[in-house]
Amino acid sequence: MSNEGRQVVIPGQILGETSALHPGRGTYVENRKIYAERLGVLNIQDKFVHIIPLRGRYDPIVGDFVIGVVEEASTSNWMVDINAPYPALLHVKEVPWEIEFADTEKYLNTGDTILAKVLSIDESKKLQITLKDRNLFKLKDGHLIEFEPSVYRRIMGKKYSMIENIQKYTRCRIKVGKNGRIWIDGDPEEIEKVLAAITMIEREAITFGLTSRIEEFLKKDAKDVR
Amino acid sequence: MKSDIKLITDEGKRLDGRGPHDLRKIKIEAGVLHRADGSCYLEWGGNKVLAAVYGPREAVPRHTQNPLKAIVQARYNMAAFSVEDRKRPGPDRRSVEISKVISEALEKVILTEYFPRASIDVNIEVLDAEAGTRCAGLSAAAVALVDAGIPMRDIPVACAAGKIEGQVVLDLGKEEDNFGDADLPIAISPRTDEVLLLQMDGHFTVNEFNQAFDLALKGCHTVSEIQKKAILEKYQSVVAEVQE
Repeated sequence: MSNEGRQVVIPGQILGETSALHPGRGTYVENRKIYAERLGVLNIQDKFVHIIPLRGRYDPIVGDFVIGVVEEASTSNWMVDINAPYPALLHVKEVPWEIEFADTEKYLNTGDTILAKVLSIDESKKLQITLKDRNLFKLKDGHLIEFEPSVYRRIMGKKYSMIENIQKYTRCRIKVGKNGRIWIDGDPEEIEKVLAAITMIEREAITFGLTSRIEEFLKKDAKDVR
Repeated sequence: MKSDIKLITDEGKRLDGRGPHDLRKIKIEAGVLHRADGSCYLEWGGNKVLAAVYGPREAVPRHTQNPLKAIVQARYNMAAFSVEDRKRPGPDRRSVEISKVISEALEKVILTEYFPRASIDVNIEVLDAEAGTRCAGLSAAAVALVDAGIPMRDIPVACAAGKIEGQVVLDLGKEEDNFGDADLPIAISPRTDEVLLLQMDGHFTVNEFNQAFDLALKGCHTVSEIQKKAILEKYQSVVAEVQE
């Protein structure tokens, strides 16, 4: 394994020619040459050049699990902030409860946190989310922290190894939204530790061997392991 | 304007000891602010500039939204303490103009069609001014945009050339700007050498203009390298640290 870390690319950087490679996510083509369109890490797979972003707003995709904060309750829907460039709409038909007309505030009110799924995105980027699925619900108590959405995959780890480790060593209930939000419930001291681990992952996201370093960090003063 | 200040010595040195084709010292640091989505601090000679990027986020008020692409709103502002006599705070004719030309220059490289109805806000705060703040501001804003992870075709960069004592020189200093004959700030997309901004103050002959333009172009490419280094440094320093 190389110790140099992954290759960081910047906008306008030339990545190759279309005769040898195919342009993938985060790239654009001009005069048969492939260029990077954003700051990120270079990833070439099956001749496809992708840029895995290092920074930037959450870009919603249908089916993503996200953690939202209710901003406003109207008579037949809620507006929810899901950390995307646009607010998301949650219609009363998309929640698991029977709601009488204009009774929305009884179920979800401003400031409430929910674990939801992105239902649809139209061409002008109008977002809709849903609570009608298994494992989707209102999150009560707990703490909500934000992270750089681009490091979501590192926080989960390969086959969820990273997040499972964090849960194992801190005994916290954790829900991770793809939109750069984590909800944690547990002992205040342990929550501090999760926070420290997340900050570390965010900072060292482009390095190799992160999972084992985080495990070491968590092991150091773990009380009892589940 | 005639004055008794001699801007170039007989040995061809300028007031601050630079040769005619030398830039002032430039220092760039990316990601200095905690709250902003992207940020940059830049020192260019005596100029100190802070740039912060927010967004893309929904544009408000609604009527400013474009249903097909994002709007770019740059706001150039000089701090009251940035110049010798206190600058009256708030937007004035000069800063409104600079905000507009910088917004338009940045809009050309940002892939705005990815974010319909959104706005990308760029705040440029000049803390200390010493001639060439629009170039410094635009170059800082470009680094802040990259740091914010905004998709762009290229990293724009700006630099000025001018004329003092009848001679074309790169990157005017304060006295050179005040008592010189002409100033030509340009911004380019360094990958293609497309011109994104070009303004001129004073008089050039056609020949001098071409000379000054080529000189400023070269200056832009030098600054561009410093910008790129600053961005990469921020991320590669972590890799080096972990290796130890």
